[in-house]
Amino acid sequence: MGASPSISIAVVGSGGAGALTTTDSLLETASAAGWHGLFTRTLGPQIRGGEAAGLLRLADHPVDCLPDQFDLLIGIDWLNAHRFGGEIKVGPATLVISDPRGGDLPPMAVQSGARVVQVPMKEIAKTIRDGRPNMIALGIASRLLGFTVEQAFAPIERRLADKGSAAIEASLAGIKAGFGAAANIEFNKQLAKPAPSAARRWLLSGNEATALGAIRGGVRFAAAYPITPATEILEWLAPSLSKVGGVLLQAEDELAAINMIIGSSFGGTPALTATSGPGLSLMIEALGLATSAEIPVVVVDVMRGGPSTGIPTKSEQADLNIAIYGLHGDAPHLVLAPQSVSDCMFTTQWATFLAEALQAPAIVLSDQFIGQSRAAIERPADVAFIGARSIVTDISGAYKRYAMAANGVSPMALPGTRGGQYTADGLTHSERGTPTSGAGDHLAQLDKRRDKLDQFDFGDHWASVEGSGDLAIITWGSLTGAVREAARRAAADNFNVRVVAPRLLAPVQPERLSAALEGATQILIVEQTHGAQFHKYLRAHYDLPAPVRVFHRPGPLPITAGEIHQAILDWRQ
Amino acid sequence: MSSVGALACKPADYKSDLKPIWCPGCGDYHVLMSFTRAFAHLGLPPENIVVVSGIGCSSRIPAYTNCYGFHGVHGRSLALAAGLKVTRPDLTVVVASGDGDGYSIGGNHFLHACRRNIDMTYVVMDNHIYGMTKGQPSPTTEPEFDTALAPGGTGVRPFHPLVVALASGANFIARCFSGEPNETADVLVEAIQHPGFSFVEILSPCVTFRPDERAWKDQVRPAPVSATTDQGKAARRLMTDDGFNLGVLYRGNRAPFQPAVAVNDADLSKLERDFEL
Repeated sequence: MGASPSISIAVVGSGGAGALTTTDSLLETASAAGWHGLFTRTLGPQIRGGEAAGLLRLADHPVDCLPDQFDLLIGIDWLNAHRFGGEIKVGPATLVISDPRGGDLPPMAVQSGARVVQVPMKEIAKTIRDGRPNMIALGIASRLLGFTVEQAFAPIERRLADKGSAAIEASLAGIKAGFGAAANIEFNKQLAKPAPSAARRWLLSGNEATALGAIRGGVRFAAAYPITPATEILEWLAPSLSKVGGVLLQAEDELAAINMIIGSSFGGTPALTATSGPGLSLMIEALGLATSAEIPVVVVDVMRGGPSTGIPTKSEQADLNIAIYGLHGDAPHLVLAPQSVSDCMFTTQWATFLAEALQAPAIVLSDQFIGQSRAAIERPADVAFIGARSIVTDISGAYKRYAMAANGVSPMALPGTRGGQYTADGLTHSERGTPTSGAGDHLAQLDKRRDKLDQFDFGDHWASVEGSGDLAIITWGSLTGAVREAARRAAADNFNVRVVAPRLLAPVQPERLSAALEGATQILIVEQTHGAQFHKYLRAHYDLPAPVRVFHRPGPLPITAGEIHQAILDWRQ
Repeated sequence: MSSVGALACKPADYKSDLKPIWCPGCGDYHVLMSFTRAFAHLGLPPENIVVVSGIGCSSRIPAYTNCYGFHGVHGRSLALAAGLKVTRPDLTVVVASGDGDGYSIGGNHFLHACRRNIDMTYVVMDNHIYGMTKGQPSPTTEPEFDTALAPGGTGVRPFHPLVVALASGANFIARCFSGEPNETADVLVEAIQHPGFSFVEILSPCVTFRPDERAWKDQVRPAPVSATTDQGKAARRLMTDDGFNLGVLYRGNRAPFQPAVAVNDADLSKLERDFEL
């Protein structure tokens, strides 16, 4: 029985059966024991009675993507599991734990040749007062992974702290019964011992990381309209902002939310809202206003399947086009994309910093996968990007809000500043802010807003550029984790692959990408869209100096490291 | 004759040097006079006032004042003003709108601004027409009024903004006529001073597309009874009112919504504890 660098567990059940609690709790147990981990969820649209699966990957190193295949699949029940289709990959090496009364095994398990062990989790739970099958499942998984009852119980005890001793005892009894039921089950994988780490481990979701990143960057106002899968950002901000002198206001719709943050920022308080594709669509007009009036704001779009209502609970990267091209008129603005749960914090903080520095709106393209995944990570380092807007406080003479400046950024007067009175306007305006329809002012202000972005030195954070192989993979956002892992696998086979993942999607950085691609002889583009939006974006703005292949597929099927590795091997022949 | 007494500053101190784009004879000129007169009476430093607006003829008013202003997108001025006021409660926030901007495209924000009751004043210059786009029916246009977009009239019952405001929770409701700028200024002073969300509808004729509205000066009259603080009484009065009773019609006593804004705290360690294992 050899130690594995990574083990993956999927727990499936009807909505409300507790599959997600079981998986999330395993992540906490494993992190407390020193492992790294990534827990992501996939579920149907129903709040109760749909389908839910917790997907967990534990490792002795940081992980940013799902496995190619799960080592252990537990079905608390299989009532709606067929709806996952190919989302949960199992194979002959997979151990499936199934309840004989939990319905028929889904096709994915039947056809895979996986070893199936029947455990009557429902029956066992019935022997315990208030017992729940998901606690039996937790006991089974914990024992198979080599944890003790105490380790498995600790996160549940914390969760149930305010639910009373009966609930706590029922859960403990369930976990113990699960341990008993797993006594004779053979499981041939064991986690390698984690490397000792002095760093304090954190456990958080990408959405929470996004919210903390915003506060780190200086955001002190948020406007909130709920939408899946972004709501957790707003729910974490609601109590947290008030602890640091900030405010959250619930808006009546996304049109209000974006205008509220523009109002806040006009008054001098850095501001954010978070939404998903349908909400971003509603915010687009006012993002043009923020561009024209030069008001910094941050809008986080946690992307889900689209168009229209699409698949609210599952991931896709198909809002790239609207984020970059959605605004009418020539409206230069910032678009950034985090690459992992932990990078949600950095990228949102940096986006806030850039928006404030450049007096322009920033759209942050997160997605359901990293937004709603929870990861055990090292505490992200403090970085120096704290929003610092150019403000004018001492005004003598006529104030010109939109005065031409060498770097295109003109100091802003905040209400309350004597002599700085001006009217912020979405109409084409003069340097003073006075509406005009003249060609000269129109061109001058278009130039100003373009140049302030183009002239800014974004530094090395514009992209992750790793490796030096002749084959370069260009990807972005949450796909970066799977691409990196594919590159590591290729490297283990002595084939070096270069990974280039822009974090800054707008303004485009053609010279930097050219430098990153220097010497590349093959370019593979990897993205999760149906229309190859990223490929078209690259074609429009960059020179791609070598033959190009594109691996793109819409959500909700995750693109795995194994598939990307295969694409590398196919081209290497 | 103004009842608010002597002016603390001069109205001219609150006027910018921009020449309005309004048509000659537009009621909005008088509304601008009422704004500057009210601000002068209140004696507020112009830099501490923000006039927020959307799109339309009336929404051009911020730049004609010497206050801070925001001329935003169509229909969203109340939302923008809410984000400003909750983070900058030190400012006096006045929102200017028209019947298209405020009651049609911005209708939902009107309901929620009344309900939220943030301390601000909402002035709607109602001329029963879309003027800037040259004469289309608005939510307050009479059903039989003939336009190119609705030949022979819309046949649709007009919106009743004051009743909607009352039902939605506005804390102060008044109607004014632009042709009486001093009286209007008096009401604006009271509206700004009244805590919470104050709604002032100003009948402001569009002489270009609604020349018939020149007759409003003969139709308006001071409301026969003084303002009530009783919502039920106010509802009955407003429901049966013909749209020409002027003055303060309702004064509520709901506490304004203002979340506490503490001193900005840069120590984030207490937030990070949420994530530490």
